[in-house]
Amino acid sequence: MVHSADAHEPHIIPFRTNLAVFIALMVLLFVTVGVAYLDLGPLGLPVALAIATIKAALILLYFMHIRYASRLQWIFSSAAFLWLGIMILITMSDYLSRGWLNVDGK
Amino acid sequence: MSVESPAHAAAHGAVGHEPSQPHGNGHGLVAHQFEDAPQQREAALLGMWSFLATEVLFFGGLITAYVVYRWKAPVQVAVASHHLNVALGCINTCVLLVSSFLVALAVAEAHRGNARKVVQLLIGTIVLGVAFLGIKAVEWTADYHEGLIPFAANWQIPSHDLEILAQRGIDADQFGLYKLFWVLYFFMTGLHGIHVLVGLGVFAVVAALVWQRRRSKNFANLVEVTGLYWHFVDIVWVFLYPLLYLIDRHGPGH
Repeated sequence: MVHSADAHEPHIIPFRTNLAVFIALMVLLFVTVGVAYLDLGPLGLPVALAIATIKAALILLYFMHIRYASRLQWIFSSAAFLWLGIMILITMSDYLSRGWLNVDGK
Repeated sequence: MSVESPAHAAAHGAVGHEPSQPHGNGHGLVAHQFEDAPQQREAALLGMWSFLATEVLFFGGLITAYVVYRWKAPVQVAVASHHLNVALGCINTCVLLVSSFLVALAVAEAHRGNARKVVQLLIGTIVLGVAFLGIKAVEWTADYHEGLIPFAANWQIPSHDLEILAQRGIDADQFGLYKLFWVLYFFMTGLHGIHVLVGLGVFAVVAALVWQRRRSKNFANLVEVTGLYWHFVDIVWVFLYPLLYLIDRHGPGH
């Protein structure tokens, strides 16, 4: 995280930065579409999700200003994704481990 | 704070309780419940982030359902996913990314107090948002004509898909999991579409307010928090596009 020297001035992202982020997002979009047509076997899903996560991070850090925001905003914005992670993790740990005990109906 | 510092009290004294009076700090207006413009901005941004946290979990419920479903029925997902139009999905992703870029520029211009440019950029965003929904409507119409809308009168699993499911050893009692793909697809893209529609309405109001306040220049926070919402809607699509359209191009279903 980068804090602007003067926290009282809202950081205005220069046009060049916004343009660079936008171009990166477009390149990543075409990469993810291109990769979808290559047969990567079981790697297809993680690669697609990794590219989507990089795109989301670029949008969060620059378009949504998190890179230049206060620590409190940083916490608020990551909390949502943390909780989403907990939801998916605990749900899947249930589904994936159900067969382990060899008990009928479990 | 229960006791105001003398300097602070003096600063407020000139303003009284009238929120429509300028504070004289170069940031437009400060409502009387806030100490200063940075605090007001921080409160606005934190408010929007709190709302977006609930939105992440709102879509997160559907994403979790998708994850479980994909684990449970990978063949059905792959066969059904093959009907989605990758090219139209890609164009729509471009449309949303360009719109997010325009909004990012609008936020920068709003901080510079440039009302005319903000309004132009927001109108551009609205046009792109309408284009997104138009393309989505074309896709949904095609799905309808293929009989792929669950619980519509013409719903039926395409015979080609039935053959593939049978070849892959999927029992007839598991065909309902094929239908579930379309239920999730329409819920996910539909909920996202509603968010786009709401965003268009909000941007129309924000553009009008920015123009109305073009002299007082009190619109930076308004544009910034609305921008956060729009970028969030963009992020949701950034995940929906690969999850629904892309990752099964090599699965069964060719």
